[in-house]
Amino acid sequence: MRYTQEHARILGMSKMAPGIWNCTVSAPRMASAAAAGQFVGILCGEYLLRRPISLCGFDPTLGVLRLVFEVRGKGTAWLADRQRGETLDLIGPLGHGFPLLEPSQKAVLVGGGIGTPPLLPLARHYGTNAVVIAGFRSSSAAILGDDFTAAGARVLLCTDDGSAGYHGFTTQVLEEQLSSHSGDVVYTCGPRPMMKRVAELAAACGSDCYVSLEERMGCGVGACIGCACMIREESGEERMQRVCLNGPVFPAKEVVWE
Amino acid sequence: MSDLRVTVAGVELKNPVIAASGTFGYGMEYNEFYPVSLLGGISCKGTTLKERAGNPPSRIAETPAGMLNSVGLQNPGVEAFLSIHLPWLLQQDTVVIANIAGSTLEEYCAMAERLEDSAVHMVELNISCPNVKEGGASFGTSCQSVEQVTAEVRRRCCKPLIVKLTPNVTSIGDMAAAAEAAGADVLSLINTLTGMRIDLRTRRPVLHNNTGGLSGPAVFPVAVRMVQEVYQRVSLPLIGIGGVSTWEDAAEMMIAGASAVQVGTANFRDPMAMPRIIEGLERYAEQNGMKSISELTGTLKKW
Repeated sequence: MRYTQEHARILGMSKMAPGIWNCTVSAPRMASAAAAGQFVGILCGEYLLRRPISLCGFDPTLGVLRLVFEVRGKGTAWLADRQRGETLDLIGPLGHGFPLLEPSQKAVLVGGGIGTPPLLPLARHYGTNAVVIAGFRSSSAAILGDDFTAAGARVLLCTDDGSAGYHGFTTQVLEEQLSSHSGDVVYTCGPRPMMKRVAELAAACGSDCYVSLEERMGCGVGACIGCACMIREESGEERMQRVCLNGPVFPAKEVVWE
Repeated sequence: MSDLRVTVAGVELKNPVIAASGTFGYGMEYNEFYPVSLLGGISCKGTTLKERAGNPPSRIAETPAGMLNSVGLQNPGVEAFLSIHLPWLLQQDTVVIANIAGSTLEEYCAMAERLEDSAVHMVELNISCPNVKEGGASFGTSCQSVEQVTAEVRRRCCKPLIVKLTPNVTSIGDMAAAAEAAGADVLSLINTLTGMRIDLRTRRPVLHNNTGGLSGPAVFPVAVRMVQEVYQRVSLPLIGIGGVSTWEDAAEMMIAGASAVQVGTANFRDPMAMPRIIEGLERYAEQNGMKSISELTGTLKKW
């Protein structure tokens, strides 16, 4: 049985930034099976469908999952209202995560907004060999800087309004970064236009690149085919694949961006 | 111990709980939660003659107590179904139902012939998919076309034949009678109700296909009413579909006239929904002193 369903006790629920919440839960079976880039399906009260939330962290020893999520609608608003001590109905770990190279390899992690949290386990893996380029609307929306630094990664912060770090987009910083030291691998999660540009820049300097896609999901396990994305297979044929099962992480060169 | 087995068109199911087409793939995904051999049967993802890419995303929209989908019959085609998915399914000790959909009468006929030579246990004729431009539900919305496609498939395929009805008609009883007259062995109902949601910011439909099929608890009372209506109209066994989420829902469906039920959207909310429904039905049958769960079917006492 690859998946488990756990009634996970909430250990902590706190606001990190406007609309962004940090939640830790006790889910030992999932924590011991989890990998970077995977996600869980959370039942949100009476709302019908589970919300897919990516793993920001997992500790197999303590049996704890860390979930950082944005309030996007009624389901995630319900989730943000939960208190320490309540339980959440989770399924997971779901999907295929980021392929990992040896930690001695150089990795560049590019995150946009709420796409940043799933990159933290990668920073833990690569440590001082990771460079994180994280972009937010403004300094008040910036999250996880200290966590990435604590993992050993070098953090390059970008804001759209220039209120902190580099004034501009992550992709501009990535372009400079790759021109001086090309990474062995580039990982990205965030808005689709950003990831498309990251994929182009990585391809131009010959680095492997992996992207984590997002789509509205039904079942979260591949059965309903609700979350489709067009993928170019090795044969050159384009075929709809399931974000939840075949992804959410795909090699950037296989994604048909349109 | 009460007997949960039911027999539908000569096929014995170990219990009356079947996974609904399009919500359960070919069974492999949920087999990662529990052995699918627990189930009475699996109705496979709707299969077309050739591979179909389906509709562009977004394909899913949540609604109050329900959801819309517009997957559009993405599937690898009947040959891939037979060579890749069916061999695994046949090893799972559950009844395998092939669900077939076509854009033309010829496609339905070709698939019926192909499945006649296969080891599938039953064939479900999908004339009710609301998410494809050609075929699909258009076959299910007039008595004449229901009768024609059922009769043509019947002529080419001796497997127990289920005809899956759409609720998007004026009189589902008339469609049921047409399918019965043309040689259907079983009727399954209902498929999804056509619906739409709109994004206020963009004023565009949430679904790229504009419309989609509504499923989930929201449609359950409509499904119960239609099962009850069709039960009174025809003498064929019925499979009740539409928002069944709990054992109580399954029991209601059976009282309304269903010999078995299919469970779909509930699996998305709770992957263990079907094992829980089976356990609940067993307890209910025992507590009520039933020898067999089939004693429930059609026991509605109308006012």
